[in-house]
Amino acid sequence: MHELAIAESVLETITARTGDRQVTEVRLEVGKLAGVSTDSLRFCFELAAAGTALEGAGLNIDEPPGRARCASCTEEFLLHDRILLCACGSSAVEVLAGDELRIISVEVSR
Amino acid sequence: MCATCGCGADGGTRVIDLRGEVPAAAHDHHDHDHGGGRHTHAPQPAAGTETLVLEERVLARNDALAERNRGWLEARGIIAVNLMSSPGSGKTTLLERTVRQLGTDTEVCVVEGDQETTFDADRIKAAGAPVLQINTGAGCHLDASMIRTALHTLAPASGVILIENVGNLVCPAMFDLGEDCRVLIMSVTEGADKPLKYPHIFASATLILLNKIDLLPYVDFDVARFERDVTVVNPAAQVLPVSAIRGDGLDAWRDWLIQRSRSISGRPVGPSPAVGG
Ligand SMILES: Nc1nc2c(ncn2[C@@H]2O[C@H](COP(=O)(O)OP(=O)(O)O)[C@@H](O)[C@H]2O)c(=O)[nH]1
Ligand SMILES: [Mg+2]
Ligand SMILES: [Zn+2]
Ligand SMILES: [Zn+2]
Ligand SMILES: [Zn+2]
Repeated sequence: MHELAIAESVLETITARTGDRQVTEVRLEVGKLAGVSTDSLRFCFELAAAGTALEGAGLNIDEPPGRARCASCTEEFLLHDRILLCACGSSAVEVLAGDELRIISVEVSR
Repeated sequence: MCATCGCGADGGTRVIDLRGEVPAAAHDHHDHDHGGGRHTHAPQPAAGTETLVLEERVLARNDALAERNRGWLEARGIIAVNLMSSPGSGKTTLLERTVRQLGTDTEVCVVEGDQETTFDADRIKAAGAPVLQINTGAGCHLDASMIRTALHTLAPASGVILIENVGNLVCPAMFDLGEDCRVLIMSVTEGADKPLKYPHIFASATLILLNKIDLLPYVDFDVARFERDVTVVNPAAQVLPVSAIRGDGLDAWRDWLIQRSRSISGRPVGPSPAVGG
């Protein structure tokens, strides 16, 4: 379950910046094509945060959709999965968005 | 449930109804109306707290370590190959053969990733290569810090490092190890539908070895369909049919490794003039 490793990485990255300060909310960006189950990530985050300064912090996850551009017909379109196929039949498709796996910001106590 | 606002949409797990309708999955997050049209989920700092903008990639730490590994390898002209597959596809069998094939002409060492046991490392050792076993316990993939430890322990001076990742088609794709390239092994007993079922890992591979082709007469595996589906998720990938047991395609695999090593390190894998006689 790689969501546990991801949750731990989120915690480490945040505490490296916030130290002992109480964190009440975490905002993440997890693209639809990032290959991460947000349900599973929530579950793992709660487990991993127990006993840390992030215990009980809310997880606010934004999930940008996949977007791609076709190199053949230059059309830009929404990508619902990793299948790189343009309506024109070309598979020369570049993923523009939806891969994100980022920590945007946190709420910390003053 | 909608992962952002809890409004009943789906949060990643997709339920697809094969009768034609797609219920929860069709919910596009900002299609619905919470009264007031398109809503945003902007920060609303509570009293007594402040917003700290981080803007960091979640895997930044792993990726930074992976870059250091890459630099370490490049400085020595070593290529590291990350071998990924589901359990039982034949990674260890292929590695045993590869170690024997490369023989003494090339410095080759192996990193074995498994949750438990040293079975695979014992097999590689018997084949004649320095090997380090990494047991990940509950972990289902190798990460860059494990490879860093492996590089410092094995301390190769040149040649090739073959890394057998934990058998799993999902998360090894997410964790950069600092490798030069990824090789995915699929066996014909796993079914030809895997590229579309596990597109991430297929998309990240440079080479796909289709293993156990000695079994093709006995299984229902459509090679043409498999190759077509690989192209759909990864147009640049090359597919090489092999049998790690019978030996088919293994010379082509070795040539591929040699070619790769030459193009990356400028130093060839394989027979080279002995230094100092
Ligand atoms: N028929 C056949 N069996 C193979 C081939 N390669 C591996 N195997 C068998 O598949 C099983 C799993 O192989 P192993 O190398 O341990 O897979 P790993 O889990 O990916 O490391 C073993 O019983 C191997 O003998 C092959 O090319 N043909
Ligand atoms: Mg193995
Ligand atoms: Zn197109
Ligand atoms: Zn909503
Ligand atoms: Zn994993």
